Amino acid sequence: MLEFFKGYYAYLFLVALFCIGLYGMMVKRNLMKKVMGMSMVQSSVILFWIVSAFKEGATVTVVDPFLGVEDPDLYLNPLPHTLMLTAIVVAVVTLGVSFALLVAIYRRYHTLDEPLLLEKMR
Amino acid sequence: MSVSAPDTDFALAAERCEPSDSPIIRAAARGLAPLIQVVGLYVFFHGHYSPGGGFQGGVLLAASFILLRLGFGLQQTQCVMPSHLTIPLSAVGGLIFLGTGFVALFCGGNFLDYSFLPVPGLKTAYIHNYAILFIEVGVTITVMATLVAIFDHLLDG
Amino acid sequence: MKLHQFLVLLAFAAVLTMAAFELPARGDAGSPANRASLERLVAGAHYISHAGRDAATPNMVTVILADYRSFDTLGETLVVFAGGIACLFILRRLKS
Repeated sequence: MLEFFKGYYAYLFLVALFCIGLYGMMVKRNLMKKVMGMSMVQSSVILFWIVSAFKEGATVTVVDPFLGVEDPDLYLNPLPHTLMLTAIVVAVVTLGVSFALLVAIYRRYHTLDEPLLLEKMR
Repeated sequence: MSVSAPDTDFALAAERCEPSDSPIIRAAARGLAPLIQVVGLYVFFHGHYSPGGGFQGGVLLAASFILLRLGFGLQQTQCVMPSHLTIPLSAVGGLIFLGTGFVALFCGGNFLDYSFLPVPGLKTAYIHNYAILFIEVGVTITVMATLVAIFDHLLDG
Repeated sequence: MKLHQFLVLLAFAAVLTMAAFELPARGDAGSPANRASLERLVAGAHYISHAGRDAATPNMVTVILADYRSFDTLGETLVVFAGGIACLFILRRLKS
């Protein structure tokens, strides 16, 4: 039983983080809290990829002159790390643009509460 | 020194981003910003040998400029990074990246194929090494300028 | 929190948990993503073996990002620039 959870506990924590972010996006009324929920969802997906790149007994993805490169099992899989660098930068830019949208909405309607906003837009 | 760009007006932003009242924040911003810039350049140049590279170094450089703006206000930090130059600077960074790719295309290879860059007297592996560094310069400039631009425009201007 | 929102969250969490148990265990060196070779070398193992030699650079992640997959990095740089332009256009106040 313990052996079974040793291989999967990281994935279960990340599913929990994803669901907490999804709760924030769905249930909270303030638009800023929804944006923070989106940021948590993005963080959980990025961490999921990084966690899945692990190999038992492997070292960092920098070539070590003592270990050499003949055996690929001695280094972590570098591909998820690379792809997630792109994902992190895109997440930051998305957050910047959503904050810009929030400032524009507040400038126009003077509220960030979603039901009040829908009333004012009608 | 005026803050305005050709058609956007930063006057409202300059009113909202005043110099900080606390002398601790002013002293800390002035002391820490050069250190953050040195660490950012270190992280950028050591992308070859340790975790780091273009994006991380660019974000650290942007953080130093934003710290200065928070400590001393928008009007007084125009000499360090003018608000009307941020977007053109980020375009320059993207053009550096695209320019390298087109130079490789015109010299006979595929797009962004570093083996065909016209650098005399270096082995192919070292041409790749220096081309990676050159491309990361473009990425760093773009990321830094875009983050400072987003901050400037979020100040309600 | 309304009932239907709670049920949607619960169903989503259940689906994700069941999917997480279908994945290979974390750290398994024999999983298809981490294995050294299918018929030929898998992408990750190929990059580990050849990155240091092809670019005279110890850090494999930088070589992949800027040499093997430089097109993705170009796209990402253009996305960052587009985000800056989007913020400019959403928030500008024209001089009247």
